[in-house]
Amino acid sequence: MSTLVTTGVPSAQDIAGVTPPEERRARGPYATIECFQPIPCDPCHHSCRFGAIQEFEDINDIPKMDWSKCTGCALCVAACPGLAIFVVDETYSETECLIAMPYEFVPLPEKGQPVKLTDRAGIVVADGIVQRVVAGRKPAGTPVVWVSAPKRLATVVRGFILRKEG
Amino acid sequence: METGRSSCKTRIEDHPILDFPARKEVTFTWEGQELRGYEGEPIAAALHAAGIKVLHTSHKSKRPRGFFCAIGNCSSCLVVVDGVPNVRACTEKLREGMRVERQVGTGPAPRARE
Amino acid sequence: MSVRTTELVIIGAGPAGICAALEAASHGVKTTLVDRGEELGGQLIKQTHKFFGWHKKSAGTRGVLIAKKLAGEVLNNENITLLNSTEALGYYDDGTLLVETPRGIDRVLGDRLIVATGASERMLLFPGNDLPGVYGAGAVQTLMNVHGVRPGDSVLMIGSGNIGLIVSYQLLQAGVRVAAVVEAMPTIGGYAVHASKIRRLGVPIMTRHTIKEAYGKEQVEGAVIWELDENWNGIPGTEKDLEVDVVCLAIGLTPLAELLWQCGAEMAYIPELGGFVPLYDETMETTRKGVFVAGDVAGIEEASTAMAAGRMAGLSAARSLGKVSDLDYSRLRNEIAGELEGLRSGPASAKILSGIAKMRAMLQSVKEAAAVSEAEPANRPAKQAASEPTDAGDLPKAGARDSEAQGNNGSKSEEAVGA
Repeated sequence: MSTLVTTGVPSAQDIAGVTPPEERRARGPYATIECFQPIPCDPCHHSCRFGAIQEFEDINDIPKMDWSKCTGCALCVAACPGLAIFVVDETYSETECLIAMPYEFVPLPEKGQPVKLTDRAGIVVADGIVQRVVAGRKPAGTPVVWVSAPKRLATVVRGFILRKEG
Repeated sequence: METGRSSCKTRIEDHPILDFPARKEVTFTWEGQELRGYEGEPIAAALHAAGIKVLHTSHKSKRPRGFFCAIGNCSSCLVVVDGVPNVRACTEKLREGMRVERQVGTGPAPRARE
Repeated sequence: MSVRTTELVIIGAGPAGICAALEAASHGVKTTLVDRGEELGGQLIKQTHKFFGWHKKSAGTRGVLIAKKLAGEVLNNENITLLNSTEALGYYDDGTLLVETPRGIDRVLGDRLIVATGASERMLLFPGNDLPGVYGAGAVQTLMNVHGVRPGDSVLMIGSGNIGLIVSYQLLQAGVRVAAVVEAMPTIGGYAVHASKIRRLGVPIMTRHTIKEAYGKEQVEGAVIWELDENWNGIPGTEKDLEVDVVCLAIGLTPLAELLWQCGAEMAYIPELGGFVPLYDETMETTRKGVFVAGDVAGIEEASTAMAAGRMAGLSAARSLGKVSDLDYSRLRNEIAGELEGLRSGPASAKILSGIAKMRAMLQSVKEAAAVSEAEPANRPAKQAASEPTDAGDLPKAGARDSEAQGNNGSKSEEAVGA
């Protein structure tokens, strides 16, 4: 069985299944929906203005992406009740990618703030910088934080820790 | 650990989703010691915020007990309030001047009202 | 002691009770909604996370906001009388519900009753389990999210069902460290997305592990966890000592069904539904005529199903009071049944469906036994409260009922295996 049900961390195979092909990743930002289990849930489809998250036949279906329609706007990142959606932009720069993540903690980081980037097991893997924070309306909204990360870690970084001061 | 003061660390000041509105502070006593809490919050919350977790002593084995369910189901949090025993600290609301004591076993028999 | 009369009394103003009240009120039923708490919303008032389910039915909305919305609808409804800070004490043969209000004991006389009293935390046996600092998951949520008090500095969470995972996340949001989540089963119990969320935040989830003991002089100062073998026995040598001051139990809920026992509804032990549950039919009616159930008291499930089941119970009560036309009833019943079916159609609901099937089978045999005993009254002992529900106005009057045996425990099945 996948590590997902024994550890909570999706397997490489799980991740490969929700990552677009290489040529799409090189074209611009894309959403990746790390939702692997059939559960009754459909807000993601309704949150997308571009129809990139396909309509559900059955509410328990796993969401399916149409990456040709995805603009990387990250509305879905804020909408997903499971906080399972990320937007990745591998065209950010030559060496870096940009990753949008949901973040429901205080204090909210600020643009320019250095952070420690973490993987799906919470392990620090690199340093990064906060590039953008979309705060969302409290209490209903979910803030979305964009961080820059080394490009080679585009499919690895899924969290960050604020660097403690002093 | 009885600090006799509301610990900043125990009260949540800033929360990503919830707002805790300002409430009126009141004074009460725990085992004769003066403490402060918020009017209308459960006694157990005020005590917990002050670092007090042992609310009563069980009557057979004299073991320390605190709350468990915090909603009035389990009767683990019984305290004596103004001389009346078997008060659930988790549902009873704090008022100015309340005299709260740790209940030992079944507590003192309440006096009949005149 | 004063008496209030009404058509429908609902005990419990959580998602099930509120939705039952709103549904019944929409058909013109005069409804009294009773809750022992001050605030409306039951467990919803502590749920800071966004709910799953249908987009058009509160999915993506935080539980706390769903609670506020529902509370507002109740308060604005002229057919609903709210009795909050009021505890239901017992429901008697003549239809009297005895309640304790802040002012004293009152009676509420209603023609129909819906019990939506929810559930409470299960306890786990381990040395030190009575120490201050061992709290139910609900208690931790109440302390943090309702009263704004942190339960401690560092928590050991026992149980990786949705509640254990969600409360762990809420603890982190309140600035409390979660040392680990232990799960006795080999796989994580709750939704993967909840588990992944806390793994990304560095919280270890240890399957095949449980607590060996909690220790401390007067309160929890630490806990020892260990690994389990295939026979659920702890493996010596695998102990890990964790410095925690809170041990949070999230190993499951069990219905708060005392009122149903007390009023003579037939009960049965069904592990898939969380313990002792009432037997009830598709209209949510128990074996005690005129008494309906909804929400976790009928079987541990979710808020979304509680809301739908509440609507069904409210609709059924309204129907039995003659307030719903055949056409409307048919349409609404199908709509709600369809919603429940959809919510229970995924693999996550297999256990619930199995439990409900068991429960219905037991209900069927109870009804058959009652039919037989009614056919031969002279030779059989009086059987308790198992007649077919009929239309409004047909409820037996006080005194005509058979004398009821105390403590009728219904069917007993195999012992539950604790998580």
